[in-house]
Amino acid sequence: MPDGTQPPTGRVVGDVIMKVENVSLSFGGVRALDNVSFDVREHEILAIIGPNGAGKSSMLNCINGFYHPQEGAITYKGKRRDTAKTFEAAEEGIARTFQNIALFKGMSTLDNIMTGRGLKMKKNLLWQALYYGPALKEELEHRAKAEEVIDFLEIEAIRKTPVGRLPYGLQKRVELGRALAAEPDLLLLDEPMAGMNHEEKEDMVRYILDVNDEFGTTIVLIEHDMSVVMDISDRVVVLDYGKKLADGTPDEVKRNQDVIDAYLGVSHD
Amino acid sequence: MDFLQAVFVTPFVEIWESPFFFIELVLVGLSTGVLYSLVALGFVLIFKASGMFNFAQGAMVLFAALTLVGLMEHGVPLWAALILSMAVMVVLAFVVERLMLRYLVNQEGLILFMATIGLNFILEGTGQLFWGSDVKRLEIGIPDKPFDLGPILLNTFDVTAAFIGAALVVSLAIFFQKTPMGRALRAVADDHQAALSVGIPLKTIWIAVWTIAGIVALVAGIVWGAKSGVQFSLSLIALKALPVLILGGFTSVPGAIVGGLIIGVGEKVAEGFWGPAFGGAIENWFAYMLALAFLVFRPQGLFGEKIIERV
Repeated sequence: MPDGTQPPTGRVVGDVIMKVENVSLSFGGVRALDNVSFDVREHEILAIIGPNGAGKSSMLNCINGFYHPQEGAITYKGKRRDTAKTFEAAEEGIARTFQNIALFKGMSTLDNIMTGRGLKMKKNLLWQALYYGPALKEELEHRAKAEEVIDFLEIEAIRKTPVGRLPYGLQKRVELGRALAAEPDLLLLDEPMAGMNHEEKEDMVRYILDVNDEFGTTIVLIEHDMSVVMDISDRVVVLDYGKKLADGTPDEVKRNQDVIDAYLGVSHD
Repeated sequence: MDFLQAVFVTPFVEIWESPFFFIELVLVGLSTGVLYSLVALGFVLIFKASGMFNFAQGAMVLFAALTLVGLMEHGVPLWAALILSMAVMVVLAFVVERLMLRYLVNQEGLILFMATIGLNFILEGTGQLFWGSDVKRLEIGIPDKPFDLGPILLNTFDVTAAFIGAALVVSLAIFFQKTPMGRALRAVADDHQAALSVGIPLKTIWIAVWTIAGIVALVAGIVWGAKSGVQFSLSLIALKALPVLILGGFTSVPGAIVGGLIIGVGEKVAEGFWGPAFGGAIENWFAYMLALAFLVFRPQGLFGEKIIERV
């Protein structure tokens, strides 16, 4: 793990890859997101933090097409994303993990990771229904890719285990594996370290940094563990009650009075 | 006392005394069982992929068989009629997705179920509107002759039907376990949201599932229709699939297969040896009694997925 607040070395943060502009999202009378804007730059690790119910997951869900914001625009690689469908997000190279793990529990680790390769398969659906000839050849190529992911995440031993039987920490890792198998440009991680013990967290941090480093994947993550957030992110966006409080490097955010108030509370006297 | 003896003693003595009759019943039962499995598979496919209990599965069997026979009556040769009927089932899958499923995403299971009841009536109605409601003979060229296998009497039709069913079942199993599309189908069945996030388009998957269920219905319709004529009662074999599903579990493809075989063999053997104790004709209700027993003692069925959950 890199020490202090220095961003990990060897990484060049590039141009803006995604723009979130004045996004608002309401559920009935509840305003989950209120006029939120920020940029995501290529190759960076951006953390979204904030108290519970601040709208962090809603933000990810808007980016990835589960929710469609009523106002504002999300532009990804120059294209409007805020009205796009979820599977289109996947087609455009956005992969994600979920706060409450959403794996295919009855399927093996390998099968779960292979679903992540689905979009990379060139043959059309009719071919994909066969287990023969070119379809079989392609399947084996993708299988090799999936094995790379499995090696990378060091989950060789559980390749054939149905993920429903795995301990929580490993399930989180498999979910990351499924997202990585799609070779995404933008990886959305919703609390990747929640509920993990210290060692598992360290492992996860290492994987996230490696992914960012080796594949140049842009990462947007939501995390509650402040020491992790401050260590690994290039920039931090702080949300509170659906509004953006602050946006900047970890150091700037730490010193921001609004952020301190939101986290520690303000005395009303 | 007599009754107890007729249930618990006599049948076993008879089985001991005439083992070949017993084997014959088992084989006949297996061949019927494969057909039950086929119908049950249609249910399982749709239930797995959309959590929907498709009440219209029986109607799809009838509709498919009626389409085939209707086309053949108009002078279309068998091979062309087969392809056309398949095409009709594909179109049906598109229509169901476009007009029904699309508007019912994320609805309660009961609402989906009600929608399939509606679909059931529409299919039965349209089928008969187009092709009439007379009993039709379906001649597909499978010989129907009894033959001897050593001391056992079998029928060529039953055996052929069993092989057709078995071939379909095996190819479906390979499709589900080995192919990318099968994997996508299993993924959708497991978790809609997660499936969307890895880029599996639900719409396409639903069409695929309904197409497969339609083609399974077509095969079941052909085999049953060739056996007992294409008629309205064909849609009632769906009722026979219910005990199969309860035995095998609604979510298990192997369950549907084994469940069908157990019910098929069970009812033939029960009729042959236990029938006299109950005054005969127990073939008709045996399956339901067995299902009832399963509901009491093993509600998830033989192979139903035990829900694994962390608490």
